[in-house]
Amino acid sequence: MFRFSLSRRALLYPVALTIGLAILPLSPAAQEAPEGGRLVVAADSEPRDLNPAVVASNGVFFISSKVIEPLAEASYEGEDGLEPRLATSWEGSEDGLSFTVNLREGVTWHDGEPFTSADVAFSALEVWKPLQNLGRIVFSSLEDVETPDEHTAIFRFSEPTPPQMIMKAMPAVTAVLPRHIYEGKDIATNPTNTQLVGTGPFKFAEYRPGEYYRLVKNENYWSEGEPQLDEIIFRVLPDRSAAASALEAGEIHLAAFSQVPLVDLERIGQVPGLEVITEGYEALTYQLVVEINHRNEALADRRVRRAIAHAIDKDFVVDTIFLGYAAAATGPVPKNAPEFYNPDVPVYDFDVEKANALLDEAGYPRGDDGTRFSLRLLPAPFFAETRQFGDYLRQALAEVGIRVELINNDTPAHIKAVYTDHDFDITVSPPVFRDDPAISTTILVRSGIPNGVPFSNQGGYENPELDALIDEAATTVDTAERVALYNEFQRLVVEELPLINVAEWSFTSVASEKVLNVGNNPRWVVSNWADTALEP
Amino acid sequence: MHRALKLVRRRALSSIPVLLIVVTGTFFLLESATGDAVDAYLVSLGGGDAELARNLRETYGLDQSAWSRLWLYVSALARFDLGWSVAFNRPILDVILERLPNTLLLMGSATALAFLLGSLLGIVAGARPGSGVDRLLSVGSLALYAVPSFWLGLVLILLFAVQLRWFPTAGIESIASGKSGFDRAVDIARHLVLPVCALGFIYLALFLRMMRAGMAEIWRQDFVLAARAKGLARRRIVLRHIARNALLPLVTMLGLQAAAMLGGSVVIESVFAIPGFGRLAQEAVAARDAPLLMGIIVMSAILVILVNLLIDLAYAALDPRVGQGERRT
Repeated sequence: MFRFSLSRRALLYPVALTIGLAILPLSPAAQEAPEGGRLVVAADSEPRDLNPAVVASNGVFFISSKVIEPLAEASYEGEDGLEPRLATSWEGSEDGLSFTVNLREGVTWHDGEPFTSADVAFSALEVWKPLQNLGRIVFSSLEDVETPDEHTAIFRFSEPTPPQMIMKAMPAVTAVLPRHIYEGKDIATNPTNTQLVGTGPFKFAEYRPGEYYRLVKNENYWSEGEPQLDEIIFRVLPDRSAAASALEAGEIHLAAFSQVPLVDLERIGQVPGLEVITEGYEALTYQLVVEINHRNEALADRRVRRAIAHAIDKDFVVDTIFLGYAAAATGPVPKNAPEFYNPDVPVYDFDVEKANALLDEAGYPRGDDGTRFSLRLLPAPFFAETRQFGDYLRQALAEVGIRVELINNDTPAHIKAVYTDHDFDITVSPPVFRDDPAISTTILVRSGIPNGVPFSNQGGYENPELDALIDEAATTVDTAERVALYNEFQRLVVEELPLINVAEWSFTSVASEKVLNVGNNPRWVVSNWADTALEP
Repeated sequence: MHRALKLVRRRALSSIPVLLIVVTGTFFLLESATGDAVDAYLVSLGGGDAELARNLRETYGLDQSAWSRLWLYVSALARFDLGWSVAFNRPILDVILERLPNTLLLMGSATALAFLLGSLLGIVAGARPGSGVDRLLSVGSLALYAVPSFWLGLVLILLFAVQLRWFPTAGIESIASGKSGFDRAVDIARHLVLPVCALGFIYLALFLRMMRAGMAEIWRQDFVLAARAKGLARRRIVLRHIARNALLPLVTMLGLQAAAMLGGSVVIESVFAIPGFGRLAQEAVAARDAPLLMGIIVMSAILVILVNLLIDLAYAALDPRVGQGERRT
């Protein structure tokens, strides 16, 4: 008898323990703090420092744009596609040598100091031009910023600088820093870079590494009645599935930047209370590009490059890899930039026969095993879609007799191999279109760029005609003339194919239906969220 | 106590060459990977020009040769200076100390769960080797052992956090909740339930199998026969004579598992968004931040050495024979 009782008891302990563990928490895991004012957002990365004036990247803007404001923000309706922020109006001179900005009055920094033109002059001369990754291009010939009064700043250039480019660059490049905090100190290592002080609708309150960023309402914000929210929490969720789970469990309100993977969108869109939003990313278009190493003899032949373009089924890429959340590309400027986009370019239909014919013509007949030659393909590891497209491209090129060896690297190894060592034949790259070809696009095909510059022409492509066109457009002040030059630029690039543009895509947000005013400007995720609200 | 001190001193001295080998090995492993910290950083900027890259490499000493960087690192380490993290732009010691408690909490709880529940279930199974309960537990634990921990973590999240909403999906505690003291401890405990189960259940099977196998073996020994002949209660035989003897190898296993669990926590910390050591190590590799990674590895090595020291001390307490051997040397 006792034998039985022993094993039963021994069995009962763990069972009781397990049940105890399971029923321990009786209350559901809802958010503790009172709702209404606190928006909780998923963040998939923690930028090294948060200063948007030094680092113009979406990861930095995502958090910092609520605290530090640019001169103007992108807009669906506004004049020139802009909406005033710290600037109220702006005008470029006819000769392109000066650009005058009128600044908002009555704005104060979060520490109470007044915002003046001296802050703008300081930011432009000491930060944007010498330090910022994009500002170095846009303000390369900036000589001085005059401040005739506290609310006027006049930018003076040594070379004609197109006002159109400056206006296009304003949302991303012109985040204004407080001069009284940064002046006389090393800007790159200033501790304020992680404890931001700005003029924006939210103040930086707290950062717990690996856990969250907390922003709180700026009671003295210059725009009456804004911001609507009391608090924004950026919760660090590095795992892709974590954001989807947290949304479904109601722990967060919003996941931006496609943190919920494309394959999960259909399922999560059907969860009651959640919606998938594609608006608010129009000015953050990514381009799926096949970059080519022209040092390879076969690839230096235009017919071979055209054959590769004919071998790619863009519709398949859009439908199968991007699940429809993308558009087929026609050239180096995306359709999302209508003021620059030129549809009138050569077209390379999906046509395997034509591709084969071009390769035969170029003098690369199929060998006994059906192979013409082989290439090393390095897909960029940054997105699931770039890797998947690499897999697709391998099969597509096999159809036309090009054997592809896939080489998968992690991020630093990929950057080194492609942009410093040039140890590749073709690579799949996702450059960002930054609203003006002069900022983001011409660098992909211009010759003479030193080694080691990521996301630039490191394929050894040289075309004097194209270079001349790029240089002329860079200093053409008149907007219509400038646009005409970029139209010609697009035609020439598509005709010569120094690289092959395959698709254009942007991100998606998944948000609780309680969040109001999501995606109401073309850079919504990286704008200030002053009008974003939360239904109780 | 004197014996324990001697053991500690001997272990501390012998761990110095171990640490040196670990540091050098890590350094050259990471050195052999293409791309450096500046390459990784430039991507996070979305690009940058050649001058910027050159300036950054100069700032972080990445333009120097590998040997001189290793020498600088080791000589700084000898002064207990872990250096500056490129990826976080902060002192490495700060970054590490911030994350260490979370990992210790996660690993400690998971180890305790695996050890206690594992040996308990092992006793249940080993009390009647070959019985139905034994078979059920053996098969069940084997199945659990075969499951990858990240998958178990995701299933637990789906079931208990998304569907039932008993526990939070991720994180170490509620965000800016303003809780303190006991409330905060309860909050952290609730956040830890799922990750601890996901990490602990995998290792539970190991302890269970080991306990059961040890007990099955001891059942056949003469002293057990003698105890049964003496008419001792079965419960007493199982607990006092068999289980206690079978427990010793488990203690050894505990030390070995501490290192393995440190590895397992990389995955669990990512799935559950817990800012810990494992996730930090992964971030350090992705950012090619060699000093940070070496700092983490040195700290982990110290941790493993410490755990094994504790195990040795516990061993000496549990088994008198160990102490005698120590005295002779």
